[in-house]
Amino acid sequence: MRRSERLRVLANEPLGPYALVRVERGSLDPGIPGQFFMLEAPGRPLPRPMSLCQAPPGELAFLLEAVGPGTRALAATEPGDELNVYGPLGNGYRLEVERPLLVGGGIGVAPLPYLSQRLGAPPALLGFRSDWHAEAAALVPNAEVVVEPILVTEQLTDFVRDAHKVMACGPEPMLEAVRAIAPDAQLAWEAPMACGYGACYGCSVEIDGVLQRLCIAGPVLEQNGGTHGSPVGPLLYTTRRRADSWAPAGQSPATPVDATSRPSRGSRE
Amino acid sequence: MILNASGCLDALEAPEVARALDAFVTKTVTPQPREGNRPVRIAETEAGMLNSIGLENPGIEGLLSDKLPRLAELGVPLWVSVGGFSASDYADLCAVLDGRAEVATIELNLSCPNVEEAPESAAEIVTAARTRTAKPLYAKLSPAASDLPETARAVQAAGADGLSLVNTIRGLALDERTLQPRLGHELGGYSGPALKPIALAAVYQCYRATGLPIVGMGGITTGLDALEFMAAGARAVALGTVLFADPQAPGRIRRELAEELAARDLADAEEVCGLSHRAGPVRVA
Repeated sequence: MRRSERLRVLANEPLGPYALVRVERGSLDPGIPGQFFMLEAPGRPLPRPMSLCQAPPGELAFLLEAVGPGTRALAATEPGDELNVYGPLGNGYRLEVERPLLVGGGIGVAPLPYLSQRLGAPPALLGFRSDWHAEAAALVPNAEVVVEPILVTEQLTDFVRDAHKVMACGPEPMLEAVRAIAPDAQLAWEAPMACGYGACYGCSVEIDGVLQRLCIAGPVLEQNGGTHGSPVGPLLYTTRRRADSWAPAGQSPATPVDATSRPSRGSRE
Repeated sequence: MILNASGCLDALEAPEVARALDAFVTKTVTPQPREGNRPVRIAETEAGMLNSIGLENPGIEGLLSDKLPRLAELGVPLWVSVGGFSASDYADLCAVLDGRAEVATIELNLSCPNVEEAPESAAEIVTAARTRTAKPLYAKLSPAASDLPETARAVQAAGADGLSLVNTIRGLALDERTLQPRLGHELGGYSGPALKPIALAAVYQCYRATGLPIVGMGGITTGLDALEFMAAGARAVALGTVLFADPQAPGRIRRELAEELAARDLADAEEVCGLSHRAGPVRVA
């Protein structure tokens, strides 16, 4: 059940270019992997959506990349700081999957550690911009890691032929490419989001031909039938400035955001 | 009395938030369903946010058949915000809502910065709406009007029962790298803390100009903010952007307001309303 609480930061650890911010759990439910929380961004008017990265006992951990004022403020938090945290929100991954394959790109790796834990460490395929970024792969057990110019999709076909079911999170071009290879993949998308609970209508995107709020219908969507009863479907929207203004390479679900951020991957302000 | 600003809360998705309010104001409904503007629709700035949602709504039929019955079950008085593209749009919507017992008050959204405006003046729209409903009519005005007190007086003369002050004010945010507009619709409505002094001025001036009941809104984030709006002349306050950051804002601000009143030895909101206009400073106990 979603709740809002003021929680203490326990640790903030650098991981390549990313920050793993661990806060006390309070009475919050960690939710289902792929769900997200709204984290207060100190000094900013709006919180930022972040998918849960890890759920150790008594803690909630979020992986984020500082790409805008909000994520920069969160990346600068120190142990003892307090943040308002609200969640879990949205729909996560459907976990009843026979041969799961986790696929992540860049900061899109964020929800995969918790997902891996809940699924018993299935195989994972992770792609990063550089070896430095790839340090985040240490969070995901049983992972095969590729670094640009090699893309995760180049390795994906063999897994899919092998009847693996894809659960992915990453930048939009990666998700589109994954979907082309694995149409039944569960994909975590992102859109700018002010509230995370259906109040602002900022994250409306076209899903199955109809504009829906991604915070409620998603952020995890799959092709046939919804996750956990929510309507689902392919296709986000296109915007003319998308590549520039919102999808910093490789941000991903869970760290969505900034500026109104998107739930799931980071965004650029 | 604490309300939400129209378009800043979906009571069916967050009933616990709506129940913490004294009345729930719907997102603006138009005669026909609207998809709203294309993404990107929101952009945070240093002291607030821009939105260009564009009145996404299911249309009056969708509201009446699907949402209104469920909203009525919340047990919170309902204000329905209506919008249109001509005076007759507003009048027709009011006529339909007039027959619905679930609706306590109708708010006329005369100031959405993200869609084309009706060609008629605010007063002409209020006049048209007034002939079609006996329900209380609140006119929601923009702080950008060149002579807001004059507009307020005109809608009062046209039969408005109250004023909702203020709507967002038009703004622009640019991407720091590309220097292109961050919103898909380019310009948006600016809300949040930066709007507060502008909104306070609007409340202050319109209270003096009309004496009408006013719902004050614009950047309220604390109980002290709410107190200031009341002192400037608001009978009630509405919460907007703060609800996005803090779904528990209604209860928190209610508590803070009670503390602010007590600290000044003020009995209640009634005593505060318009206090800034009366002589003599208020001493903090």
